[in-house]
Amino acid sequence: MLKLEKRPEPSTLWTYLTPLVAVLATMLAGGALFAFLGKDPVLAIRTIFWDPLFSEFAYYYRPQLLVKGAPLVLIAIGLSLGFRAGIWNIGAEGQYIIGALAGAGVGLAFYPHEAWYIFPLMVLAGALGGCAWAMIPAILKVRFGTNEILVSLMLVYVAERLLASMSLGLLKNPEGMGFPGSRNLQNYPSAHNAELIAGSGMHWGVVAAFIAVIAAHVLLNRHILGYHIRLAGQAPRAARFAGVTPARLILVCLGTAGALAGMAGLFEVSGPAGQVSIDFNVGYGFTAIIVAFLGRLHPVGILLAGALMALTYIGGEIAQSQLGLPSAAIQLFQGMLLFFLLAIDVLTNYRLVRTAREVA
Amino acid sequence: MDLGAIDPALLLASLMVAATPLLLAAVGELVVERAGVLNLGVEGMMITGAICGFIVAVQSGSPLLGMAAAAAGGAGLSMLFALLTQFALANQVASGLSLTLFGLGLSALMGQGYQGVKPPPFPRLDVALLSDLPLVGPVLLSHDLMVYFGLIICAVVWAMLKYTRAGLILRAVGENHDAAHALGYNVVGIRILAIMFGGACAGLGGAYISLIRVPQWTEGMTAGIGWIALALVVFASWKPGRVLLGAYLFGGVSVIQLNLQAAGVAIPVEYLAMSPYLITILVLVIMSADRSRAPGSLGRPFHAPS
Amino acid sequence: MKLHNILTTAVAALGLATAAMAQDKTKVGFIYVGPIGDGGWTYEHDKARLAVEEHFGDKVETIYQESVPEGTDAERAITQMALQGADLIFTTSFGFMDPTVAAAKKFPNVKFEHATGYKTAPNLSTYSARFYEGRAIQGHIAGRMTESNTIGYIASYPIPEVIRGINSAFIHARKANPDVQFKIIWAYTWFDPAKEADAAQALIEQGADVILQHTDSTAPQAAAEKAGDVITFGQASDMAEYKPMPRVSSIIDNWAPYYIARTQAVIDGTWESQQVWHGIGEGMVGIGEITDAVPDDVKAEALALKDAIASGDYHPFTGPLKKQDGSDWLSESEVADDGTLLGMDFYVEGLTGEIPQ
Repeated sequence: MLKLEKRPEPSTLWTYLTPLVAVLATMLAGGALFAFLGKDPVLAIRTIFWDPLFSEFAYYYRPQLLVKGAPLVLIAIGLSLGFRAGIWNIGAEGQYIIGALAGAGVGLAFYPHEAWYIFPLMVLAGALGGCAWAMIPAILKVRFGTNEILVSLMLVYVAERLLASMSLGLLKNPEGMGFPGSRNLQNYPSAHNAELIAGSGMHWGVVAAFIAVIAAHVLLNRHILGYHIRLAGQAPRAARFAGVTPARLILVCLGTAGALAGMAGLFEVSGPAGQVSIDFNVGYGFTAIIVAFLGRLHPVGILLAGALMALTYIGGEIAQSQLGLPSAAIQLFQGMLLFFLLAIDVLTNYRLVRTAREVA
Repeated sequence: MDLGAIDPALLLASLMVAATPLLLAAVGELVVERAGVLNLGVEGMMITGAICGFIVAVQSGSPLLGMAAAAAGGAGLSMLFALLTQFALANQVASGLSLTLFGLGLSALMGQGYQGVKPPPFPRLDVALLSDLPLVGPVLLSHDLMVYFGLIICAVVWAMLKYTRAGLILRAVGENHDAAHALGYNVVGIRILAIMFGGACAGLGGAYISLIRVPQWTEGMTAGIGWIALALVVFASWKPGRVLLGAYLFGGVSVIQLNLQAAGVAIPVEYLAMSPYLITILVLVIMSADRSRAPGSLGRPFHAPS
Repeated sequence: MKLHNILTTAVAALGLATAAMAQDKTKVGFIYVGPIGDGGWTYEHDKARLAVEEHFGDKVETIYQESVPEGTDAERAITQMALQGADLIFTTSFGFMDPTVAAAKKFPNVKFEHATGYKTAPNLSTYSARFYEGRAIQGHIAGRMTESNTIGYIASYPIPEVIRGINSAFIHARKANPDVQFKIIWAYTWFDPAKEADAAQALIEQGADVILQHTDSTAPQAAAEKAGDVITFGQASDMAEYKPMPRVSSIIDNWAPYYIARTQAVIDGTWESQQVWHGIGEGMVGIGEITDAVPDDVKAEALALKDAIASGDYHPFTGPLKKQDGSDWLSESEVADDGTLLGMDFYVEGLTGEIPQ
């Protein structure tokens, strides 16, 4: 009989080994899937993991990894603070939408006036919008003890309706022939979140993601608040003795997560996406939850996990158009990767021991 | 405006139909959450059930066999979640989200070649004479069998939770898994059974859409109903009776909205569509003041101390 | 712009490479907004892609990417196809407009075709179908066949394309039957089978015996079939599995002739930027078989109307027509101009209710 036994300390070896084992396992299982679909498995796997980085056109794909990964990392960093403290915000998707709406709304209000301060104001509005949306579950939790998982999730749906209503109404492009969707912010220089160096993929959102990683790292390791967050998650009772105010922690964690998600939304709407439209959100808020866990709620881990997710997205797209793989197969493949990571992760905190069969 | 055009009996009847997939999925998830497990993969299990049921119904020509396959498909997928969360002790939120991603992909692959295929018709209750009665006939006595099945499952779950020993154990496991373990109950085993039941119900809910409500197969056809089912469980404060009420309310908002539009009433559709979620939040707030809370161990991993 | 230079150089290099490698193989790319399995919009575009493959055989290679979200990911998907050496790329949803414009700027040697948009460039054409022509025929059949004088219409989003369809169907239903009323439901979705089923159900319960739909699933057909004496029309694809009742005819998106012609133009080197809006006459809008459930005289009228529209003798928006508020729109025998039609944001006289804002 095999049995799981909790390790006294998380295994350092397995901390680093799990992602590798999981990726290898996914390659095997995914390869089998692709072979079953009648595609060359080796070629498919190479296309997904290798081509975005080293193929002939990698000069285009590598920057795209940044574009795809940045919002994931930015949101996941914010979420990880709360997750560490046992505060479950799963409504980042909604905060992302509201941030985009608020930021784009400010930008569009200035149209066609050009000024240097418009973009900073939009970033501020995006962060405040996301923060305000996250404050709803936060305040309800602090004031009434309402479950934040569910309130934040409900608010995603509300935000999606609001987005549809805005792109059909208030924010609709007056010169858009009646089609839904706002003006394209890419064509409005003061509001455009352009690439900082052309062709590099680096826009302000990428910069913000890197800053967030560093800031979170410093916060968690050097700052008393970071200590409180970790303590609250690991030993809630001890935390109270140490003088941690749960209410303050909830407000700070949810507020930060909301602000970062809102900023991510703003950077996206003013940059790569360009406009508010009905289907503007593509699930970054939910994927970021997975990224946060894959990165073990650790800032650097999240950075790497975000990069891995971005890689499968970009590689998956290449595989689709080059090999004719259906997008469903790519979805399945990503699902597998997550399953393997989550499953093998158990070996970090537990070890398998062989137990002697008990003699009756 | 022509409100007279709305026939209340017919409205009630179509409301029951619209609520059925929600009801099935939500009752299943309720049992899962009562056992202390939060499975966010309802949407993934629903769509998998929808395609499993569709394929089997088309191949065998028997819609009832299709329903059985849907339940099996949903339960099968939920086993993945059970493996991850109960044996590998993975985070439930992340596992559930992955399950939805996986289920959407899997169903789309399985369903290739089934577009534009018409499934065999589903048997309806048709009691001689009685089904033609005014009001009672259309509302109560002329639905497809799954509508009644949904109601029965809801009642059975209610009775089980309230009156049986099995229900007591399930609740104990959900409220405090450490205490339940200390009392000698097999926490993991009970949770796995609950998860499978949830998966089977979600699968049935999905197949209700693909085999009866629509009926056809198209990728992503559950279109978010699984997520609404999750909201519904919370709205119902984990009580089967309120799930039923909530399913009619959630399904009803959509049906009534459409009926009002058809009657020529100008309504702000987008804002009305938000209302179930806002009401749910309101209910949550009231409940938290009321102290009837979520199951105590909801979402927390359990590892038996040795 | 550095990126621009790199990309153009790459494309130039690639152009040479492909030219040398496969002199006669033209690569055509397709960007789809939904899954091929949606049974409607994307499904029809993919059918046309397969028709291109079949028509040209070894001379043409097609590639596609499905379920591409509008916005963020679209430009990358298009760019990637261009990098892979596509000579011609069709982007098949309105939301791909700005990304296609951006990609067209980056790849001046690649030809782009954007469906349903209004922005063009020297290497970017737009194409769209005059679905309202098909709606006119549906409206006529509906008006002649309804017994309750109530016609239900499941609309998607309040945009010109949809409003145009409602107006066209209504005008011709009224012409055939002055007592006809329209009940319109805005579903706020292109595709949500369960919701479409509910919408059809609501319309039927309120007395509609004809259901017209501008959403893509067959759910309304099934609801009508269940109700028994309700007729419907296929939308986007033929929905032939519901023949002969409730589906009595259909509007079919037939992109194949256009895709084949444009691919041929690229092969011949005669491709030029254009804006086309094709209808029944050019074959982009197909009218599916009118079944025997339709009386012979009605069927003959419908076919005559189809022929008149196809030949250009008759325009579905011909005066005298008034707007809903009673103001004059078109005077006697005046024909609506394309500009007004493209931006249509009003109902014609006789329709009740308001277009939601």
